[in-house]
Amino acid sequence: MLDLLAGFVAELRANGIPVSLTEHLDAAEALGHVPLEDRQALKYTLGASLVKSSAHWRAYETAFEIYFSTRVPGTGTEGLSADGGGSGDPSAGSTRGGDGQGPGTGSGSGEGMTPTELADLLYKALLGSNDAMMTAVARQAVSRYAGMEAGRPVGGTYYLYRTLRNLDLDTVLDRLIAEARAGASRRLDGAGERLSDRPEDPLPDDPPPFTTLEERLLRDEYQSRIERLRKEIEDEIRRRLVEDRGREALAKSIRKPLPEDIDVMHATRDELVALRKSLRPLSRKLAVRLARKRRHGRRGPLDFRSTVRHSLATGGVPLEPKFRYPRPSKPEILVIADISGSVASFARFTLHLVHAISTQFSKVRSFVFIDGIDEVTSFFDGVDDPADAVQRINTEADVIWVDGHSDYGHALMVFWERWGEEITPRTSVLLLGDARNNYHASQSWVVKAIAGRARHVYWLNPEPESYWDSGDSIVSEYANHCDTVVECRTLRQLERFVGELA
Amino acid sequence: MTVSDPTRGGTGQDETITSGFPVPDEYRFRSIDQVRSGLASVHYLADDGIAGVVYLADHLAKPVLVEGPAGTGKTELAKSVARLTGGRLIRLQCYEGLDESKALYEWNYKKQLLRIQADQGQDWRELEDDIFSEEFLLTRPLLEAIRSTEPVVLLVDEVDRVELETEALLLEILSEYQVSIPELGTVRASRIPLVFLTSNNTRELSEALKRRCLYLHIDYPDLDRERAIIETRVAGISEVLADQVARIVRSIRTLDLKKDPSVSETLDWARTLVLLGVQSVDAERARDTLHILLKYQSDIDRAAKELAGVDETS
Repeated sequence: MLDLLAGFVAELRANGIPVSLTEHLDAAEALGHVPLEDRQALKYTLGASLVKSSAHWRAYETAFEIYFSTRVPGTGTEGLSADGGGSGDPSAGSTRGGDGQGPGTGSGSGEGMTPTELADLLYKALLGSNDAMMTAVARQAVSRYAGMEAGRPVGGTYYLYRTLRNLDLDTVLDRLIAEARAGASRRLDGAGERLSDRPEDPLPDDPPPFTTLEERLLRDEYQSRIERLRKEIEDEIRRRLVEDRGREALAKSIRKPLPEDIDVMHATRDELVALRKSLRPLSRKLAVRLARKRRHGRRGPLDFRSTVRHSLATGGVPLEPKFRYPRPSKPEILVIADISGSVASFARFTLHLVHAISTQFSKVRSFVFIDGIDEVTSFFDGVDDPADAVQRINTEADVIWVDGHSDYGHALMVFWERWGEEITPRTSVLLLGDARNNYHASQSWVVKAIAGRARHVYWLNPEPESYWDSGDSIVSEYANHCDTVVECRTLRQLERFVGELA
Repeated sequence: MTVSDPTRGGTGQDETITSGFPVPDEYRFRSIDQVRSGLASVHYLADDGIAGVVYLADHLAKPVLVEGPAGTGKTELAKSVARLTGGRLIRLQCYEGLDESKALYEWNYKKQLLRIQADQGQDWRELEDDIFSEEFLLTRPLLEAIRSTEPVVLLVDEVDRVELETEALLLEILSEYQVSIPELGTVRASRIPLVFLTSNNTRELSEALKRRCLYLHIDYPDLDRERAIIETRVAGISEVLADQVARIVRSIRTLDLKKDPSVSETLDWARTLVLLGVQSVDAERARDTLHILLKYQSDIDRAAKELAGVDETS
């Protein structure tokens, strides 16, 4: 068990979750206090001692499922239709080679179920919210549709996708809703018989009409059941993969970056959602931290008057010296962001973050460009959620000049002509982009001129440093005139940079 | 300011709890299930995670760091555990600027001054021993919890509000259950209290603090648990209504709102509906009372629109 734990801890660390030695020891000690056969208890025990941040919980859960997956006893399919039992012991593991898919149900599940039967079963399971049945369906569906092949080094997502596509849950959902609606109207006709086998019928008895609110609630209910089914299927696939390939290998291929480590430029849609979610708490934290820093940062010179005044309480003895607090000036920020396709999401996150903490700056102005440039500061005025404003930028800003391919040179030149005068020695200028200029003229003298007027000029580049200056990237040409060029690929890097800025 | 809250043993009837006290290998709880049922008996419905962590906290003698969105019952957990174990709840409310003299102990210097003045020609050595004695010590919540001879539950509320440096104050207490007072020596806990720290996650807590604690994240409960919570906490609510409330709240939580409705707001809402004599919620009722559930106008508008089913597609 201790070996297993050590491997597990190593896997967590590989995931980027910081687990200290003490925490490892705690976990080991904790194991002595819980019944090991209770998997749920085990999970929370280890979680409580190893994982100290809710953002890491997902990664932990996945790793836990892999390392402590249950060897499913082959009898899970109680009370199904006659042939259901056959598939209970999916000869899933190693014996199940290529024949799994070809002959389809031939191998494990005996006579097997026809797709319609399976669909029917699925429908019933969802309707009744029956856990055992749901597990059974999941197992059945995986053996039937996933087409898992032993030893193939893919993660679970591929199988998951295949299974789900075949189950076609959207249609099922629609069918459930339609059915419920029909049921309701039937009742409306006074048929009187309660709709059936649904134990927790959400419809109250008295009011007949099937209102939109009720429909919505019903839909949510089914949706959550389907979500549960999805999870079942995922678990099932993972279990089989573990049996097939061993846990270390699987853990490695399943490993996902934590939200703050996701590479913004190459994030998938799901990852973007996760990013957006973690952005809000992040900006809140950052704002709190900066506000504190400002208030408590430094002590000023002795405030003589105040000291004397307070000394009256102690009989004229100045026990507590009082100090003046300096009011450090807040910097003015001017963001110039490339929002062309390749770096758009990065620019959005940065704008969002900068505006979310705009109270920490005396002034924030934002400009976006592709080959034309436009000021978007006003979009953020009076909006309480920067996300809304960022949305508007995409649709309303006037950033196209000729062809909608990035042209840093032209955009910068226009910027200099129209707004260059407004840069003051108090301004910090942030330039955002990958400096991939499509072989246009760089006009890097503009950056030099800006640097001459502004307090600082920073360039944030969302590309990894090794890509800089490859292809049409001319970042170093601009970099000559900037204070620093910062690689900013993840939220963590972005947060650090913005934190230092203020 | 600090409040010590003498809510003592609400329900004395849980006789499985050991009343005499550790001897380190004597635990308050024997099994996770016992924790769960015990908490349920004081009207706190714990899920597996919560019960498990409380059980572990007892067995490993470690503090619990509870995190989660506002209004999910973090503070309530500590109170319930106090009620369950029949211990006194000592609460330290954290705020910016909290310092040693408010959290740990302070010398009562006014009294010390008086003492010095009252007794002029006394030998200094004697006097010094005298004015740094227990008599002149003002105990604050942390020291109080350590010195208490009766069972206590220590709640350090919203620990994320103190500055990073102040956190260090807690470290000695949390890992060793002792407080060092230079003039008096080290005060050790006669019995190890159950300690809960809550955090709203407005900033990262230091590694040192986290390392010493068990971590518990309390999230919004799932449908069944929320319904059960509503039923236990709201007097006189019908099953149908509780079910509806839970469903609607879940539905609202799926929207992308600024602030999701918390459990306590859900309970408030349910109570309101009961007071209004509502038997079952329809869209109109829901819309009229939404302001109890949601606290931002934009959120209210949004939810009202969704509940009225303006767009069928979502």
